[in-house]
Amino acid sequence: MIHAFARHLGILRAVLRRMFASRVGGLLNILVIGIALSLPAGMYVLLKNAQGLVEQLSGTPQISLFLALNAQESDIAELHGRLEANEAIANVEFISRDRALEQLKQSTGLADVIGSLEKNPLPDAFIVSPKQAEPQALDALRDELARLPRVEQAQLDSAWAYKLEALLRFGRLAVLILASLLSLALIAVTFNTIRLQILTQRDEIEVSRLIGATDGFIRRPFLYFGALQGLFGGIAAWLIVSASLLLLNRPLGELSQLYASQFVLQPLSPGDSLSLLLFSLYLGWLGAWLSVARHLSRIIPAN
Amino acid sequence: MISFNQVNKRYPGGYEALKNVSFDIAEGEMVFVSGHSGAGKSTLLKLVAGIERPNSGSVLVNNQNVGALKGAALPYLRRNLGIIFQDHKLLFDRSVFDNVLLPLQICGFDHRENAKRVRAALDKVGLLKREKANPIALSGGEQQRLCIARAIVNRPSILLADEPTGNLDTEYAHEIMDIFRSFHQVGVTLLISTHDESVLQDGAVRRLALKQGELQ
Repeated sequence: MIHAFARHLGILRAVLRRMFASRVGGLLNILVIGIALSLPAGMYVLLKNAQGLVEQLSGTPQISLFLALNAQESDIAELHGRLEANEAIANVEFISRDRALEQLKQSTGLADVIGSLEKNPLPDAFIVSPKQAEPQALDALRDELARLPRVEQAQLDSAWAYKLEALLRFGRLAVLILASLLSLALIAVTFNTIRLQILTQRDEIEVSRLIGATDGFIRRPFLYFGALQGLFGGIAAWLIVSASLLLLNRPLGELSQLYASQFVLQPLSPGDSLSLLLFSLYLGWLGAWLSVARHLSRIIPAN
Repeated sequence: MISFNQVNKRYPGGYEALKNVSFDIAEGEMVFVSGHSGAGKSTLLKLVAGIERPNSGSVLVNNQNVGALKGAALPYLRRNLGIIFQDHKLLFDRSVFDNVLLPLQICGFDHRENAKRVRAALDKVGLLKREKANPIALSGGEQQRLCIARAIVNRPSILLADEPTGNLDTEYAHEIMDIFRSFHQVGVTLLISTHDESVLQDGAVRRLALKQGELQ
């Protein structure tokens, strides 16, 4: 057991030595793979951040009912009753115009501007949480509520979130296509690297076969090489993405401070990082496997 | 140990390298295969190692029918053989020591034992002091001895040598033959091909004489 482990460790050592025998060549290959993988990985991170932002902002969909400015308290009470009786509505919250102004002051950092206003420009409002979240049901409910007396405007808060969600879906598809193409590129890079290696190590392979090496023994170093190169490429991609996010976060922090909010790009989660590394390792191994399967018997016929 | 029974070998293109060859070699025997070049000596050795397969007849090595062995079983047959190639097949990208180490790595022997075995093999052929050299820096005779060291390092019971004295002057050739004789004395079965009559003259040795693919 320990013996077998030591043997594999020995192969790994030999493979590493070969990979960095020409330091520039080995590093260049890894860099190429790293850059190729960092593009979809980086786009994925940005999308995930946008996704988080959308979820944070939209939450459950809500309909805001803005009342006419001249609405009396009796009108409001009657409306409140009708809304609570509505079957399609889960929850109703009344926000008076004073409270709305107070909230606006606190949340947007526009206190100075608001303080300078002579009178409150905001209407009274109801925040309605519907029971159903499907876009069609929401639209129907909004139309129904808009027709109620004293309701000036009924606004579906999450409409823009749906639009953004659709945009994100488009983005995810784009990332998927990009990732597929660049994965193919990674496989191709490994395929070719291993092909060249098999060519340069022809003599060793031939002699090894003649003195009793199994196919597995001959294949193993090449597969290890491919997998390791893929893994290192994955690590390079991770570093590129993480460094880019760090660089982006500072100007982004300054930018979001201007809007009195705090938004930072979240780095790759541990799970996503692990997936990236495993995926790149697997692709490298796959490229090597394909290359070995194709070239080993063609270049040096088994007897 | 090695047994040929009515073996025919025809290469693609129709060239008949061996015709109806039958012989038996007992364990511990030292046998020379002689004949001019093109007589089929190399083919005979390749059949023993499973590098070529016979078109008809059977080749038995250690009671295994080599011609019928599956590809996956061949490596394990070859680990019992030590092969000294006509063209040496040394690897010039590594030291003398690492060349001899290769068969042990292939067999997956214990790491700590390996260095000891390699040095023992190098000592037997008198190359112990050159272990760090690159094989390309060795003379023809030294390269031949290195090839022998690589063939014996995993202590095979059968040693095959294809023209081991081919390009060597007489003095070196006798040195090499002395090494083979020492293996013979410790019970190794040897099958050596040669066209060098001078080597055959010293001592009474069994000889398989090939002429145009047929045993004389």
